[in-house]
Amino acid sequence: MTWNLFPLVIIAVVLFVVLNLAAGLIWVERRLLALWQDRYGPNRVGPFGLGQVVADSVKMFTKEDWVPPFADRPVFVLAPAIIVATALLSFAVVPFSPGFVVADLDIGILFLLAMSSLGVYSVVLAGWASNNKYSLLGGIRAAAQMLSYEVFMGLSLLGVVILAGSFRISHIVEAQRGLWFVVPQFLGFVLFLIAGVAETRRLPFDLAEAESELIAGFHSEYSGMKFGMFFVGEYIGVILISATISLLFFGGWLGPILPPALWFAAKTMFFICLFILFRAALPRPRFDQLMSWGWKVMLPLSLLNLLVTGAVVLARK
Amino acid sequence: MLSLVRSLWEVFRHAFAQRVTVQYPEEKPYLAPRYRGRIVLTKDPDGGERCVACNLCAVACPVDCISLQATEDEHGRRYPEFFRINFSRCIFCGYCEEACPTYAIQLTPDFEMGEYKRQNLIYEKADLQIEGPGKYPDYNFWRVAGVAIGGKDKGEAENEIAPVDTHSLMP
Repeated sequence: MTWNLFPLVIIAVVLFVVLNLAAGLIWVERRLLALWQDRYGPNRVGPFGLGQVVADSVKMFTKEDWVPPFADRPVFVLAPAIIVATALLSFAVVPFSPGFVVADLDIGILFLLAMSSLGVYSVVLAGWASNNKYSLLGGIRAAAQMLSYEVFMGLSLLGVVILAGSFRISHIVEAQRGLWFVVPQFLGFVLFLIAGVAETRRLPFDLAEAESELIAGFHSEYSGMKFGMFFVGEYIGVILISATISLLFFGGWLGPILPPALWFAAKTMFFICLFILFRAALPRPRFDQLMSWGWKVMLPLSLLNLLVTGAVVLARK
Repeated sequence: MLSLVRSLWEVFRHAFAQRVTVQYPEEKPYLAPRYRGRIVLTKDPDGGERCVACNLCAVACPVDCISLQATEDEHGRRYPEFFRINFSRCIFCGYCEEACPTYAIQLTPDFEMGEYKRQNLIYEKADLQIEGPGKYPDYNFWRVAGVAIGGKDKGEAENEIAPVDTHSLMP
């Protein structure tokens, strides 16, 4: 009996941890942003203001859930669900510690990239279904941005795949026993980090919802828990990219003394904080700068990285 | 690219900087004596009412939150029959204080006036009056003004010359 219940336990634990972490990130982000802006942030509700998470969720759930009469109703309702679903599905292939993974796929990285690519549908459909010019502009921006940044997001990971010789994430982590891939693949790491920020549409690449230009971009018309889904979906995306970076470049669960899951959590948390630091520090580029940066700088660099890595691996054989 | 890394570092260093937030209910900020907060009606050093119900404050008020009715007592002193400030309208601009010729109406460094009912924000004369002279401790309007009231005739005010006897030819 135990052998077929264990995967369910893993699924339950993964969902519990990821969803709670995503909600908790509301508090983490506000506290960290405040920290870097010489403020305190929410510190009134409960110890260290942790009750803010509960207060925010209650607020989100009790707000009026309104669908504008001019919206394309079924698509409008579907869009926020897609982003959460795809982001959560990606966690199926993320190993939290050796053996603790929902599905250790042979092509884990490809699955992960595919799921994060599907996430763009959510944003584009939301922008389209809102039937509002600012939302549509946000959706168009998101589509263009995510398509162009996905190209070298995948390519920047191929260096890691070449070095590990496998698409399976647990193999890639085990291949880093001697040396984290961030050392031989530093360029790949930087490229993937930038692509990851763009992929989750976090600042400084939040042009799809640039509030100073597009009100709130693709989610201008969303309220209540539908907006909350976009919110949670974005945070799950942040956790996912951070987890991916720590798995592929920083040895995932590998580390001395402490239990593997703790190492993985610590590394992931570090990159989540880095994401928030990006938001605190960096200005948003213009859209044409974003596109030309992606196609003219990042893509050639990632191709070069791939070429050099392949050549070095071949020369060593 | 390097400038981005530099700004990341500069922002990160702010984690160890002095906080600017004042933790309000526990830690009160210092408010200058001229801070424009809750409005009060002050009294003369001898305890008499300063307000002469001239209506200048009500006229100066840009949001029309002051209303009052002038009346006179048996000594000929003008005073407000009622004096009412609607603090749900007041914008604390201080124009009433500037307009006041007798230093009666003054703004104080107190802003903790929160109420659950809007009606409670309408302050009557009894709510506005304080016992002291406020920011001008020595000023006494009726003692310097050349107006005759009960107990003080023309020419008896401070620095006031006795009135000219128009029926006499003497210089």
